[in-house]
Amino acid sequence: MTVFRVLAAALLAGLAVPAVGSAQEAANHAPQIKTQEWSFDPPFGSYDRAQLQRGFHVYKQICSNCHSMHLLTYRNLGEPGGPQFSAKDVETLASQVQITDGPNDKGEMFQRPGRPSDHFRSPYPNKEAARVANRGALPPDLSVIAKAREGGPDYIYSLLTGYAKAPAGFHMAQGMQYNKAFPGHQVAMPPPLFDGAVPYTDGTKPTVKNYAKDVSAFLMWAAEPKLEERYKLGARVMVFLIVFAVIMYLAKRAVWARLHREDHTHAT
Amino acid sequence: MAHASTYKPSTGIERWLDARLPIPRMMHDQFMVFPTPRNLNYWWTFGGILTFMLAVQIVTGIVLAMHYVPTPDGAFDSVENIMRDVNWGWLLRYAHAVGASMFFLAAYIHTFRGLYYGSYKAPREVLWILGVLILLLMIATAFMGYSLVWGQMSFWAVTVITNLFSSLDAVISGLGTTLVQWIWGGFSVGGPTLNRLFALHYLFPFIIAGVVILHIWALHVPGNNNPAGVDVKTPKDTIPFHPYYTIKDGFALVMFLILFAFLLFYAPNYLGHPDNYIPANPLQTPPHIVPEWYFLPFYAILRAIPNKLFGVIGLISAISILFFVPWLDTSRIRSTTYRPIYKWFFWLFAINCLALGYLGSQAPEGWYLFFGRLCTFYYFAFFLLVMPIVGLIERPKKLPGSITEAVLKSSKGPQAAEPPSPAREPVPEGVA
Repeated sequence: MTVFRVLAAALLAGLAVPAVGSAQEAANHAPQIKTQEWSFDPPFGSYDRAQLQRGFHVYKQICSNCHSMHLLTYRNLGEPGGPQFSAKDVETLASQVQITDGPNDKGEMFQRPGRPSDHFRSPYPNKEAARVANRGALPPDLSVIAKAREGGPDYIYSLLTGYAKAPAGFHMAQGMQYNKAFPGHQVAMPPPLFDGAVPYTDGTKPTVKNYAKDVSAFLMWAAEPKLEERYKLGARVMVFLIVFAVIMYLAKRAVWARLHREDHTHAT
Repeated sequence: MAHASTYKPSTGIERWLDARLPIPRMMHDQFMVFPTPRNLNYWWTFGGILTFMLAVQIVTGIVLAMHYVPTPDGAFDSVENIMRDVNWGWLLRYAHAVGASMFFLAAYIHTFRGLYYGSYKAPREVLWILGVLILLLMIATAFMGYSLVWGQMSFWAVTVITNLFSSLDAVISGLGTTLVQWIWGGFSVGGPTLNRLFALHYLFPFIIAGVVILHIWALHVPGNNNPAGVDVKTPKDTIPFHPYYTIKDGFALVMFLILFAFLLFYAPNYLGHPDNYIPANPLQTPPHIVPEWYFLPFYAILRAIPNKLFGVIGLISAISILFFVPWLDTSRIRSTTYRPIYKWFFWLFAINCLALGYLGSQAPEGWYLFFGRLCTFYYFAFFLLVMPIVGLIERPKKLPGSITEAVLKSSKGPQAAEPPSPAREPVPEGVA
């Protein structure tokens, strides 16, 4: 959607936009963000349901082992504008996890199978437990991660496919991984994806690139579940406003013409 | 401007009300037949746009407040829940966030229009001062509203800005620290701070609305300034506000809404900072703390001055110096269009403000700091040196004899938009 980007830039020219990154950073270790084509690019895009469903499976089988997504509920997976799993699938997906509930009438907490109204189950009971399990690093919650990083889904895709050998002379701290997209290039998360890690049933090739792209799209939906509704309403509002503007312009011309006619009569 | 009332109550109810509380008479005299200079250009439409934007912010804000949770644990998630589970919540929240940017865009254009056409000069000094007061209240309101999201940038912006008061320690030892702790309601930015910011963020827009009413009142006593900057002389110089300016303002508002809708629906987070989608963490400072775009010029001024106390004084002076503009400008005429020397300084000032905005977004080091200081110098020099001196030494171009003359002259050409081409003759005494 280069046309859109140019348009956006043109419309906003003159506004000072906050930019991140000092001059030094830019010179030495600029994070490499690979811009992708997304089905949900504005202004007319929409999520690819199959891609979101695949992305959810990647999240469920890989990411959810360490990363929480506490703002999402299982029912969200069946709602319009999202992966739109069937009601039955949502029930099944929810019931596969054990949720701590309670206290019951004996004052005890208990475990029960999940329901669609439950929030996604977090892998760790608290932040401290998450840190201990990950050598001190806290895996961030992924609910709005696609809005919380410069580059959004492009950044997530670049991070997941950006693992590489550290260049000669680059000093790595103990237990860290070199990553081309991560600011500073040292990330605590080990490469999470490898070819064939998650079985795909719809014929999509089970490669790291496809996993990364699908899960990035899924995380974008998680951060912006109303994106499709927003674009659709936006299109209607824009058409309305443009027609309204034309009418207003013509009305303004007609009203002001009275004044110009008067001037003309007085002048002659 | 003061004019004899032409209101004729036509029904019994209108006559009854007119003898008790003549609101229909006021609406008729002030907003229907109000004599308005006939040469106002599109830069004059931003007053109406700003009134509309204030209403948008208040309406969306009240509904958002019904769902918002002002606690450190609940704030961030409640904002996200508004966008997920409240009916039209995403629209309300994005309209409020993008609306703040659009409000400032319009306010800055409105302020620059006043500066360019000398709308602050006699007899409109009080009108101008009320406007600066509104701008100040808007800045406070926007700052407090931004903090309510309780993301990383919110939290650290509150920390940085409230800490500015601690610079008073340099004046009286302990005064600043005491003041900061009083503002926080504790020993760090936390729950009590968030709660009072929420209470004040809800209060301030209504104070703004009150001052807006005074601002409009102060406008309706002397009447509008106009692009020629000459006073209204005959009734022919004016036209009734309705329908001429209701329709012109209406068209401009729709054009403005197109830009608003474009950002709201297709790039709602474009003007924001991604770090504010990371929940506030008092233990981790973001690598770069930057305010929203509309505060960047002031932020650049704050950081350009090496001493903390003087930096804060610079920041406050940058806005409050506007209060004194009516007396800093020594020019006899109002409109910059007829000021051949001042014109250049004015446009340099406009570019300077944009440059300060850019510099505010960059780390204050190396050339950025150098230019930050240069631009800060010019910012203040414009008000303290250019305005008083240029007004004294400049020979203005010849002003049109009247508003009507200005309009008829300009409509002779193929396009009626350009101001009249002035002849190079000295201006007669006492025209302004």
